[in-house]
Amino acid sequence: MSERAYRVIGSRPVRHDGADKVTGRAQFGADIRLPGLLHGHLLRSPYAHARIRRIDTRRAEALPGVLAVVTAADLPEVPDRLLELVEGTLPLSYAQANVLARRKVLYKGHAVAAVAAVNRHVAEEAASLIEVEYEPLPPVLDLLEAMREDAPLLHEDLRTREFGQPTGKLSNIAEHFRHALGDVEQGFAQAEVILEREFRTATVHQGYLEPQTATALWNQDGRVYVWTSTQGAFSAREAIAWVLDLPVSQVRVTPMEVGGAFGGKIRVYLEPVAALLSKKAGRPVKIVMPRRDVFEATGPTPATCIRVKMGARADGRITAAQIWMAYETGAFPSGQCGFGALCILAPYDIPNILIDGYDVVVNKPSTAPYRAPGATQAAFAAESVVDELAERLGLDPIEFRLKNAAREGTRRADGLKYPRIGCVEVLEAMKNHPHYRAPLEGAHRGRGVAMGYWFNIGWYSSCTISVNPDGTVNLVEGSVDLSGTRTSIAMQAAEALGLRADQVHPVVADTDSIGPTAVTGGSRTTFATGWAAWEAAQDVIRQMKERAALLWEVGPDQVEFEGGVFRAGERSLSFRELAERLEETGGPVIGRGTVNPSSAGGSFAGAIADVEVDPETGKVCLLRFTCVQDAGTAVHPGAVEGQMQGGSAQGIGWALNEEYLFDPQGVMLNSSLLDYREPTALDVPPIETLIVQAPEPDHPFGVRGVGEANIVPPPAAIANAIYRAIGVRLRRLPMKPSAVLEALWSKER
Amino acid sequence: MKWFDYAAARSLPEALELLARPGARPLAGGTDLLVQMRAGERKADLLVDVKRIPELNRLECDPAGGLQLGAAVPCCRIYEHPEVRRRWPALAEVAEMIGGVPIQSRASLGGNLCNAAPSADSVPVLIVLGARCRIAGPGGVRVLPVEEFCTGPGQTVLETGELLVGFELPPPEPHSGAAYLRFTPRREMDIAVAGAAAAITLEDGAIRRARIALAAVAPTPLLVPEAGDRLAGKPPAEEHLRAAAELARAAARPITDLRGTAEFRRHLSAVLTRRALEAALARAREA
Amino acid sequence: MTGEKVRVRMKVNRQSVELLCEPRQSLLECLRDILGLTGAKEGCNDGNCGACAVILDGRLVNSCLVLAVEAEGSEIITIEGLARGAELDPIQRAFLEQGAVQCGFCTPGLILATKALLDRTPDPTEGEIRRRLANHLCRCTGYDKVVRAVRQAAAERREVRA
Repeated sequence: MSERAYRVIGSRPVRHDGADKVTGRAQFGADIRLPGLLHGHLLRSPYAHARIRRIDTRRAEALPGVLAVVTAADLPEVPDRLLELVEGTLPLSYAQANVLARRKVLYKGHAVAAVAAVNRHVAEEAASLIEVEYEPLPPVLDLLEAMREDAPLLHEDLRTREFGQPTGKLSNIAEHFRHALGDVEQGFAQAEVILEREFRTATVHQGYLEPQTATALWNQDGRVYVWTSTQGAFSAREAIAWVLDLPVSQVRVTPMEVGGAFGGKIRVYLEPVAALLSKKAGRPVKIVMPRRDVFEATGPTPATCIRVKMGARADGRITAAQIWMAYETGAFPSGQCGFGALCILAPYDIPNILIDGYDVVVNKPSTAPYRAPGATQAAFAAESVVDELAERLGLDPIEFRLKNAAREGTRRADGLKYPRIGCVEVLEAMKNHPHYRAPLEGAHRGRGVAMGYWFNIGWYSSCTISVNPDGTVNLVEGSVDLSGTRTSIAMQAAEALGLRADQVHPVVADTDSIGPTAVTGGSRTTFATGWAAWEAAQDVIRQMKERAALLWEVGPDQVEFEGGVFRAGERSLSFRELAERLEETGGPVIGRGTVNPSSAGGSFAGAIADVEVDPETGKVCLLRFTCVQDAGTAVHPGAVEGQMQGGSAQGIGWALNEEYLFDPQGVMLNSSLLDYREPTALDVPPIETLIVQAPEPDHPFGVRGVGEANIVPPPAAIANAIYRAIGVRLRRLPMKPSAVLEALWSKER
Repeated sequence: MKWFDYAAARSLPEALELLARPGARPLAGGTDLLVQMRAGERKADLLVDVKRIPELNRLECDPAGGLQLGAAVPCCRIYEHPEVRRRWPALAEVAEMIGGVPIQSRASLGGNLCNAAPSADSVPVLIVLGARCRIAGPGGVRVLPVEEFCTGPGQTVLETGELLVGFELPPPEPHSGAAYLRFTPRREMDIAVAGAAAAITLEDGAIRRARIALAAVAPTPLLVPEAGDRLAGKPPAEEHLRAAAELARAAARPITDLRGTAEFRRHLSAVLTRRALEAALARAREA
Repeated sequence: MTGEKVRVRMKVNRQSVELLCEPRQSLLECLRDILGLTGAKEGCNDGNCGACAVILDGRLVNSCLVLAVEAEGSEIITIEGLARGAELDPIQRAFLEQGAVQCGFCTPGLILATKALLDRTPDPTEGEIRRRLANHLCRCTGYDKVVRAVRQAAAERREVRA
């Protein structure tokens, strides 16, 4: 538990953007209104794989009310360079081809052309008048088939990288990597029980409620202004500038309120298209993605195939684990398998590990991160096998995990030596939780547990703090606020300055108004931008000490600051009293903070799930669910609980119902919120939370990001619970009713 | 959406006059129609809003004890109506099952029937309750049993210019009960993978009469007379309920689609029929 | 087809308004693009998310599934019409105090759904709350704090009445 006493950290103030969000005043991406605004609409490919032979836009251009039509021909040729994404790097040519297809369409829904018109209905009508001649090609839709030597190739220039080196071999396998620790052969030789299992998981979507949207104005002075729903104003600025071959400083991105993202709003989709349309039309253009396109043409998260071989001694020690994992990347390469590999065995101290990972392109939308990208699929596989091993050895599943738990000094599969982590603390908290000890009676009921991990990232952030004469401060930050980080960052500034949370006024700024700040993702924002705010606060304190020293005619190092009061000997001024006197002591005080921590403490989360299975329909009902997570230090416990509950609900949806269904031609069959079936309020039980606090050693307040690890354990915990309810182990996500029923039938046969 | 014109009819004759125009289509709650028009699945040059026509808004018990239910009455009025809740609880329940609250403020059972989806939840209920449809058209009014209304997915007996005006439900018999159960992966806001409605009338401890109808397992909502007949004269014992459920399974001729396989649906037909019979039986005993 | 726009009169948030719209324009589109009331959100445009919910003649509706022309003569309450002056509605306050708002995109719909629920059912059970809010997807909160906010608002409204 937290060892330090804080005044603000650990409290639950009402969030700073709260009033705007309950009154409808908050400005989300699509809410922007500009004089002369046009509406854009994209034409998308009906084929999953085809060559574009010809595009004729004349009929669309002739429709009254149409002001601009663009295709990939309007995009500049761009130099060969790598675009930095959170999940790795992507060749710029691929990033550009995903915005508007150039020679080939690589998935159903791939953007081909766009129209700007006086309203959305005219734009839609015009888009339908664009004639595109396609040469359909056989689609590659299955991960394992895509890996075959004789599979049709998506790209004519994609060569496999193996163990970090180019091989020159053309294939759909973008990357094959390996992590090795110890000697797995020897490890398995020591094992008394060895299990080998294969798991499949389906493509799922982040499912944010706000569709992608972008508004752009290509100003007559050559600057491009963009208002968008993005996780990172600066990463969007870079991507837009690169795709349009502009200097980054020519682009200003204003991040609007974001209606959910979860990793899916890092890439740019509509922004460059809106900019091109605006350039042609000479007026601002807004595009709002229809929901179907959100499913078909943004970045869902990979379907996977994961094989886990794990061995343990009779005394309960895991001796070796070998993993073969292949992740679909969709139409273009992505690095999520690599993330999965860092997480798949992360909760355990296993001396002998061999992991082979493959990123494979298929004719589906280009995948994007989704909350702990790659980790949930990995944990579903590994945690199911860990559970089965515990059962074989006759051990309680939490005791078995504790016996093998990773702790400070344990090596992760990639060789990283853990600093202080909270894995054991989370497991102990689960073991002692009333939920785990509560009796669970009744037929077809079972309880399962699982662990999850997300490594969290650091990365660069900027903040400025200016002092108001009334003793409050304005905090300007570059981090887009997805779910309350304005408040969790402001609270850290308030703590450092001895102020109340409501005396810090946070503002998320555009890219012209604050220093570069990396994307809100990787659970980094409360950690890294909070740290930058702390640095900015220290800068303010340093300058304010100088002002007090001036008033008191002492040296600045004689002035102390504690509990919101500046002191030197007998003399003292509160923060507010000194703030009133800045004008007479040299003018405004503005503090700045920039950080770029290379690593961050990872976060562990555990789930306990009770289920009841209807053996006649296969439907799984969650009776009770508990999430336990290490927050390092919980800045705003209410917001931390909110993250835990939200991540758990997403994990529950992933476990039970969510999936992309495709026809044999690669057309998505369920691209609506009706048929994609995100959980409703009735589909999840009240989600209990328990926050564990094992402070991160480097951060000024010991903060660990909590945004992601919570989504990781639910599918495995629910699979393990289903096994205890009906005696069947499900190794495919989602564990939908028909799948549960079929598993029951095959057990009976 | 492509351009269309809009007219709100104030009377039945006015509606029929408007519906006689080319490309005209009635608009009730719009919760299916507008979605389908946006998706390009249905087209109209003129939408005739029928929600302001008195006959389509009737919701009242007739002197004989039956129910007069206008085709455009929104679901919320049905399930909030005390008399409906008391005497036709299965109807109130299904009205509360379609979509969610904001859908139920607009969607009507007339719309549910005219949309003619095999999965329409309210149709099997109307069928087992013995409801009849009242249809107005250029040639006058005709009345037919609900089970004869749908002819295929999205297809109905309505001729060009005809309008569904409402439903007539007979008074519930003494010692009778009805229930509808559907299977959906989500608890609400979902389309039935399969559904089953059952109505049972008891007499001297035995089943006098039973009606069973299924959703989402055939091109239209499906009345299964042989399943109901199997129970006539039998005691309400589990073996008979199971036998009727097996007949329902045998009558189902489902397809495989994104919501479920044919095998899964056939299986569910039996499970849901048995459970619906049990629920209907419990109601009949209380009645 | 006439191709003519239609004049529609309605009361929005207790104010009479008159607007000219195409018959194909939804109430949502007109509220947002013509009247500038952007509190109602477009999440799916097919009635499956609840983000566009408004109260029309006392009933909660998905404004994406209502044509603006259908609203002729109606009274509409949007999220912008809930607070009275500088005072938040108790439901809005409960959502803030319970931390039921994360990204905030579904929040206007959920708050109006709560109003519609509590106007008819002053003391709902947890099950009723979850069922009545089931048309409103929220991807951020897992619904737990939303349910708590509804309960708090219900309790406060009952206290005021008592």
